[in-house]
Amino acid sequence: MSASPLFEVRDLRVAFGRNGTYAEAVRGISLHVDPGEVLGIVGESGSGKSVGMLAALGLQPEGARVTGSVRFDGRELVGLPRRELRKLRGSRIAMIFQDPLSSLNPVMTVGEQIIEAVRLHNPDMSRHAAADRARDLLALVAIPQPDRRLAQYPHEFSGGMRQRVMIAMAVANDPDLLIADEPTTALDVTVQAQIMEVLAELQARLKLGLILITHDLGVLAGHADRVAVVYAGQVVEQAGVDDLFARPGHPYTRGLIASIPDMTVQNDRLFSIDGTPPALGQLPAGCAFHPRCIAAGEICRREAPSMREEGGHAAACHFAFAPSETIA
Amino acid sequence: MTRYILRRLIAMPFLVLGIVTLAFLLTSVTKGDPLTAIVSDRQMNNPEVVAAAKARWGLDRSLPERYVIYVGNLLSGDMGTSFITRRPVAQDVLYRLPATMELVVAAMIVGATIGISLGVLAAYFRNTAIDHGARLFALFGSSIPVFWLGLALLYVFSVQWGILPGPGRLDARATAPPMVTGFMTIDTLFAGDFRLFLDALWHLLLPAFVLGWAVAGTISRLVRANMVEVLSREFILTARAKGAGEFRVVIRHALRNTLVPTLTVIGYSFAYLLTGAVLTETIFSWPGMGSYAVEAARGLDFPAIIGVTIVGGIVFLFTNLLTDVAYVVANPRVRLG
Ligand SMILES: Nc1ncnc2c1ncn2[C@@H]1O[C@H](COP(=O)(O)OP(=O)(O)O)[C@@H](O)[C@H]1O
Ligand SMILES: [Mg+2]
Repeated sequence: MSASPLFEVRDLRVAFGRNGTYAEAVRGISLHVDPGEVLGIVGESGSGKSVGMLAALGLQPEGARVTGSVRFDGRELVGLPRRELRKLRGSRIAMIFQDPLSSLNPVMTVGEQIIEAVRLHNPDMSRHAAADRARDLLALVAIPQPDRRLAQYPHEFSGGMRQRVMIAMAVANDPDLLIADEPTTALDVTVQAQIMEVLAELQARLKLGLILITHDLGVLAGHADRVAVVYAGQVVEQAGVDDLFARPGHPYTRGLIASIPDMTVQNDRLFSIDGTPPALGQLPAGCAFHPRCIAAGEICRREAPSMREEGGHAAACHFAFAPSETIA
Repeated sequence: MTRYILRRLIAMPFLVLGIVTLAFLLTSVTKGDPLTAIVSDRQMNNPEVVAAAKARWGLDRSLPERYVIYVGNLLSGDMGTSFITRRPVAQDVLYRLPATMELVVAAMIVGATIGISLGVLAAYFRNTAIDHGARLFALFGSSIPVFWLGLALLYVFSVQWGILPGPGRLDARATAPPMVTGFMTIDTLFAGDFRLFLDALWHLLLPAFVLGWAVAGTISRLVRANMVEVLSREFILTARAKGAGEFRVVIRHALRNTLVPTLTVIGYSFAYLLTGAVLTETIFSWPGMGSYAVEAARGLDFPAIIGVTIVGGIVFLFTNLLTDVAYVVANPRVRLG
C-alpha cells in the first residue's frame, strides 16, 4: 500500500428517510484504492454497493443523508460545493453503470454523447477536435467504423457495443479513477468476457484506478488486485484477491466463493447462500449475517463483530482466523 | 419518411371530399328552413318571390343535384354566396381565416411556452410549492369556461385597470394596414408601422392568453408527468456522472426526451383551440372564422356554415399531418416506411 491512496472512503454512511426515521443502507464503509489499482467490491444485490459509490461522488438519490469522509487525491468530497464536484466527475473520476441499454440517452446520437463528455471538461475545444477525439475513443474500445457509428443512436447498437460506448465516454478525459458498477451484469455471458477484457486492457494502458463492483465474485478472480466484500451496508472482509480465495475469513465470503458457477463442471444445481439479506432498516441484533450463517454461535446473536486483521487480510467475524474456523 | 408524407398527402383529397360530403349532408338534414334567412317575413306569403328566391339559390333542385353542383363549384374555388353578407363565402373565409389563425397560433405559443416551463419546473421541484402552484394553474385553466374567463379578464384588465386594450384587433381609431397575410402583427410590419405592430400585439395578448390557458394547463401536466419519469431514468445519472450541470441535465437530456409526447399534445390541442376560438372571438369582437360561424349559424346562412365547416376541417387535417410529421422527425426510433 502506498503512502497516499488515490481514493479513500472512511466510515461512509448513507441513510434514507422513512416516516420520520432514517434507515441506513450504507453503514460505515471504509475502503481505499491506490493509483492504478483494481479494487473489487462484491456483495449480493441490495447490499449498498451502488448507493455507497454514488454517494461518494455526490450522486446519491434525492433525500438520502450522507455522512463520513471521501477523499480523492487528498481532497475531501463530502460537503464539496456542487460546482467543484461536477468538475471532478467525468474528468478525473468517471463512472459506468450496469445497464448500457438505459444508461445512454435514447434521443442523442452516440457521437453527440461522447463529444458532450469531452467538451464538458474542455469547453474551448472545437467541435471538430472533439469529434476527432470521439473517433479515437471508439477505436480505443474496439468499435469498428467509427464515423458511421458516431452518427447512430444507442438503439442501433448491441448491448456489448453500448457498454463499449459507455466505457469510451468514461475514459474520454483520461480519468484517474473509474468506478464500474456491475458493468457486465446485464450482458450475455460471451459478451461479458469481452467487456471485461476491454476494461482490463484500458485499465492497464491508462493506469486507471478501478473500482469493479459486482455481485459475482468469479468476475473478480482474474481482474482485481484487492477485494472488499460488502454485506448489509458494511465491509465484512477485505484482502488481496489471491488471499481472499485461499483463506476466506468470513462465512459470507465462503458462501460467495461456493456459489461461483463452475464453467468446467456441468452441475445443474448451483450453491447459494440460504435466506436473503436483511431489508433496509430491519437488521437483526448482533452480527447482521448470523441468521444465514451456518457457523453462527451464541455470541453472534448478541454482539456485532469488529474487524480483525491479520497480515493485510481483515474480516468482521467473531471466528475469523481462529483455529476453529475449519468447522465452517 | 418522404414516402410516408407522400402517402398522407395523397390521402388528403379523399379526406377533404369526406368532410365536404358530411358538411353538406349534416346541413341539409337540419330543421331550419334557409328560406327564412333569404326572404323577409312579409314576402313569405308571396309565392312568386319565394319561387324566385328558390330558383336564385338553387333550393328548387334535389339534394343530389345540389351536392354535385356544389362540389363542382368548389373545385373552381367557389363556395357559393353568403345569405347574410351577400359576398362569396370563399372571399369572406379568406378574409377571416387569417384572423383566426393569428389568434390560434398566438394562443398556441402562449400555451406551449407557459405549459412547458411550468411542467419542467413542477417536475424538477416536485412536491414543493412550485409544483402545487402549477397544478392549481392547470386546474383553473381546464375548469374555467373560456367565455367566463374572457369576460372576467377583459373586465378587470381593460375596464377596471385599463392596462390592456379592449376588444378588436387594433385600436378603434387606427386604420388597418393593407391586407397581405391577414396576420395583423405581420401586415403592420409590412406596412412599416412599428407602433401599429405593437398595438396589434397588445390587442392579441389577452385573447391569446384566455384561449391558451387551458392548453397551457394540459401541456404542463403532460410535460410534468413525462419529465418526472425521464428524470428517474439511468441516462440522467450518466449525464450527471459526466459532469453535466443541472440545467443541461434537465433541458438537453430530460426535456429532449419528452419532446415527442409534448409535440403531439401541442399539435392535437389545435382542435381544442379552433373550437375555443369561436367563443373567444365572440367575446373579443375578433373578426375571425369563429364569429363568422356564429353569425352564420344564427342566420341559417347555409353556404357560410358549410364553407366554415369545410375550411375548419381542412385546417384540422393539415395540422394533424404536421403533428405526425413532427412526431417522426423528433423521434429517431420511429421511422415510418
Ligand atoms: N432512492 C432510494 N430510496 C430508498 N432506499 C433506497 C433507494 N435507493 C436504494 N435504496 C436502498 O438501498 C439499499 C442498497 O441498494 P443498492 O446500493 O442499489 O444495492 P446494490 O448496488 O448493492 O445492489 C437497498 O436496500 C435499497 O432498497
Ligand atoms: Mg447495484
